[in-house]
Amino acid sequence: MSLLTVRRLSKRFGGIAANREISFEVAAGELVGIIGPNGAGKSTLFECISGFYAPDAGEVELEGTRLTGLSPDLVCRRGVARTFQKLRPFQGMTVAENVMVGALTRTRDVRHAREQAHEWLRRVGLLEKANAHARTLSTGQRKRLELARALATGPRLLLLDEVTGGVDQRSIPALVELVRELHAGGLTLLLIEHNMRVVTAVAQRIIALHLGEVIADGAPSAVARSPKVVEAYLGQAYVA
Amino acid sequence: MNPQLSVAALDVAYGEFQVLWEAGLEVAAGEIVAVLGPNGAGKSTLVNTISGLLRPRVGSIRFEGQRIEGLPAHRRAAIGIAHVLERRRLFPFLTVHDNVLLGAHNARARPQREATLARLETLLPLLRTRRSQLAHTLSGGEQQMVAIARGLMAQPKLLMIDEPFLGLAPRMVEEIGVLVRRIRDEQGISVLFIEQNVELSLKLADRGVVLESGRTVLSGPSAELLRSAEVKRIFLGEFAG
Repeated sequence: MSLLTVRRLSKRFGGIAANREISFEVAAGELVGIIGPNGAGKSTLFECISGFYAPDAGEVELEGTRLTGLSPDLVCRRGVARTFQKLRPFQGMTVAENVMVGALTRTRDVRHAREQAHEWLRRVGLLEKANAHARTLSTGQRKRLELARALATGPRLLLLDEVTGGVDQRSIPALVELVRELHAGGLTLLLIEHNMRVVTAVAQRIIALHLGEVIADGAPSAVARSPKVVEAYLGQAYVA
Repeated sequence: MNPQLSVAALDVAYGEFQVLWEAGLEVAAGEIVAVLGPNGAGKSTLVNTISGLLRPRVGSIRFEGQRIEGLPAHRRAAIGIAHVLERRRLFPFLTVHDNVLLGAHNARARPQREATLARLETLLPLLRTRRSQLAHTLSGGEQQMVAIARGLMAQPKLLMIDEPFLGLAPRMVEEIGVLVRRIRDEQGISVLFIEQNVELSLKLADRGVVLESGRTVLSGPSAELLRSAEVKRIFLGEFAG
């Protein structure tokens, strides 16, 4: 059975259909990239899967159990964690405390949560900042913090929204390597990425959205050559 | 012949976060040049550095032969560089007329502002028909026209526009495209613009400059860049070329 099922998912904002009857499945252990030009509906899709938006129609299921209609915290407890494109650390807390918030969704033992937080901070390369205030971090460090906090919730499925966006070019290879390691460790990942070179380098499969609809779904090589994708990104002139 | 604008080896950083790496471009007098690149490539940073909103860490910017990278933004506007900002940035609760007049703030343009405005009204009739309307009540396309008019009121030799077509309906995209061409053809003003839509941009521009991860990796005549396998690779990754 697939881990994630998205079935005919639609979400409108006034006259704009941000998502139109989006359907796809993700098997356990897959690493799937979601691409699309600005305004394609990628972030809206994440908001619907993670329970931040209620879709107007359609279903989201995790291992056959409905997630649609659950609040974000319940979706998280079922095993779906996410990062945010616009970073949202708890500003008044230390880095370690931020990650403990994630761990405390799984345990009531504060000491255990603290240990886990430190372990995840070590994994994302942020351990030396554990006692710093979240607001003092650079953008790249905040991205890592978001990742650690999401991972500390013990997800089966991790949604990453632009993990390399706004990050210094020099930090991208390390982030890509971290994504690869998490995937190799058995985590299922769904990755929104603007940077096509990043996504084709790590994803086994890519789903392309344009104007709210799925226009391609398949191997990166096939999706990058798909006439619909080429036209959406560059225009008709580039379609071979 | 020397280019009107010549940018070379520009490094620009926000704190420790470096965005541009040895970026460079040239614009000849009377040329329309498009700056292209995927999201986050550094297009706005480049244009903001040319207009003086940002200071480069190193590198040079020459305008009509003069080094200008040390000049403040208002001095660059006074010597002929106008910048139409991303999302237009009109004063929402000022009228169309007042928004446009504010463009002629510099000492060279101000004495002639009524004459300039009269000339612009023939190019953009909405400056007259919508004269007393508050800017925020205009449609996106009309706002873009007013923003461009405000830039032209400074009597620039080079007009830079950040995303002229952003969020506009197809009919408006066409009108703004025609406007950009007329600004060049009828007034001889060079235009440098940023745009996400590659094909549309190259059909309007004489030449394109492509940014990838903060570096200007490709530049050439539009006809060459349209259908270039390298452009495909930059936007769609290694598999697409």
